[in-house]
Amino acid sequence: MTVAALAFYAFSIVTVAAALMVTLSRNPVHSVLWLILTFLSSAGLFVLLGAEFVAMLLIIVYVGAVAVLFLFVVMMLDVDFEELKGQMVKYMPLGLLVGVVILMQLALGIGAWTSADGAMGLHQAPTPDVAQVENTRALGMLIYDKYLYLFQLSGLILLVAMIGAIVLTLRHRRDIKRQNVLHQMWRDPAKALEMIDVKPGQGL
Amino acid sequence: MLTQDLHTVLPELVLAIYTMAALMFAVYTGKDSVTSALTWATAGLMAALALWIGAGEAGSHTAFGGLFVDDAFARFAKVTILLSAAAVLVISQDFMARRGLARFEYPILLALATIGMMAMVSAGDLMSLYMGLELQSLALYVVASIQRDSAKSTEAGLKYFVLGALSSGLLLYGASLVYGYAGTTGFAGILTTVQHGVPVGLLIGLVFMLSGLAFKISAAPFHMWTPDVYEGAPTPVTAFFATAPKVAAMALIARLVEGAFGGITPQWSQVLAALSVVSMFVGAIAAIGQRDIKRLMAYSSIAHMGFALMGLAAGTAFGVQAMLIYMAIYVTMNVGTFAFVMSLEMGGKPVTDIGLLNQFSKREPLKALAVLVLMFSLAGVPPMLGFFGKFYVLKAAVDAGMSWLAVAGVVASVIGAFYYLRIVFYMYFGADQEGAESRMAPAQWVALMGVAVIMLAAIVNFFGIEPAAVAAAASLVG
Repeated sequence: MTVAALAFYAFSIVTVAAALMVTLSRNPVHSVLWLILTFLSSAGLFVLLGAEFVAMLLIIVYVGAVAVLFLFVVMMLDVDFEELKGQMVKYMPLGLLVGVVILMQLALGIGAWTSADGAMGLHQAPTPDVAQVENTRALGMLIYDKYLYLFQLSGLILLVAMIGAIVLTLRHRRDIKRQNVLHQMWRDPAKALEMIDVKPGQGL
Repeated sequence: MLTQDLHTVLPELVLAIYTMAALMFAVYTGKDSVTSALTWATAGLMAALALWIGAGEAGSHTAFGGLFVDDAFARFAKVTILLSAAAVLVISQDFMARRGLARFEYPILLALATIGMMAMVSAGDLMSLYMGLELQSLALYVVASIQRDSAKSTEAGLKYFVLGALSSGLLLYGASLVYGYAGTTGFAGILTTVQHGVPVGLLIGLVFMLSGLAFKISAAPFHMWTPDVYEGAPTPVTAFFATAPKVAAMALIARLVEGAFGGITPQWSQVLAALSVVSMFVGAIAAIGQRDIKRLMAYSSIAHMGFALMGLAAGTAFGVQAMLIYMAIYVTMNVGTFAFVMSLEMGGKPVTDIGLLNQFSKREPLKALAVLVLMFSLAGVPPMLGFFGKFYVLKAAVDAGMSWLAVAGVVASVIGAFYYLRIVFYMYFGADQEGAESRMAPAQWVALMGVAVIMLAAIVNFFGIEPAAVAAAASLVG
């Protein structure tokens, strides 16, 4: 068994086991930590595939940002997970039934697996030869060149998300005092201060 | 190459740049005080773009390697979308201002949603289909809850968002199956692959995609969100939901089934026929118990989507043409009806209960007459334009050998006529009691009367949209 194969099995087993633990662990914080392990080991799988750029993205974006965000949310939200679990038992039979039905349908679909003619060749068409172009460059060509239109559309979608967040949550409160930096800087000691000579025993 | 591509997407580009410029302008100047000017400017630009696209060069072009298609079909849908969006903006301006909802983001979000719709109807690839759809949906979720102090509006936005995300998930899952089995996301590529036999997995993917899209047009049994969202959202937003996005999603379905799966018509035709029958009956029967005119219009739109789907289910070029004409008539009727619904108020507060329309004809004879024409047209009573829309789709179904579908359509339309005619009954013969006033801004008055006149006058030649629809259908099915 080569090192690569060994590494593949190690990463795969860890990925599957950690993913299982995400759903099984009782403490949601533990779930998020298992999720991070899942991301890390799938990043390892990507490296084995020769997709080092995606692997690094997975670590930076998912582990570095998304999972940490999850962690914050899970810790800050005051959700009684035990209560949620109590509800779950009630819906379990129906959920299982739906799950089994979907599984059977998928099994039927995949059981009759025949890709259309030439589909395999088409699958490989967008990716250039790894030996000639490195990952980052190939992705850049796809995202900023071939799929420029989609890239710009996703920019617009993010713009909508930003506008939406502001429209729905920003409130201008009038009853609070805000810091006005310019106002502070323009303040002149000569005008704001007044020297008063207070005589002893007289007061103001 | 890029210059040519940009030339093809120029209308979308102009609208996108306008929205960004307008956003900056409003943020750095008067904020909400420029809303009314922005609304008119946006509506004006949309109308101008519609004229430009409508009068633009003929023929089919693709851009960005097939991601974007500009053909007669896309142009027909875009003109309908832009004009209806502009009309809704114009009639909603007064309502928003009077209800304290005049926020400058509203016209901007509608413009962004419109860009999404234009991208949808021009999609030539599963990826651009999804991006356009998300751009449109995301903007609509936000405007649904733009009245953020109202619990109902917030509920509408949240409900729409959660269910919309679920339907997007269905759509994406279907798209991934289609990609997996066909090996390509381009519609042209899929069309050539399915010529040589259809794997089962591809069909499963197609059904998932159709389910996701059926949610967007609120076809039964994916319609559950519609009445709640229509009722909860502010009326102008409801008016928008009922018009342009419906055209875009319907055109998208047509583009998908004809453009990507054109070779296997029988496979998807039965799915669309089933959706069509269920929608027509759910829309017709469930609306009978409704007292709120916005919920009623929600069920009405479900029924109308059933009829439009009937045209598509036929799977012929004439079917697509019938669908396009039906949708154009449908949005026109809805603009007029919602101009009226927006104007209803009692003691300065907007009301939507149909019981308050009692004896409306005594108070406002002219408006009552216009609403009568609209209701007859929505019901499909012969001399009005709505009848011709129904006639076309029924004919398409019969021509395609689906007479059972046409018969079901006629039965559903007779059932559905009841609730439209009930509104007319209330207006003319209802109990004599205090009812709603109709306070209209000039734009709303013009929209209501204009649409009523169109319903009667356009039966002569449809204002020439028929040749355009024929060309559009030919470019898609051909």
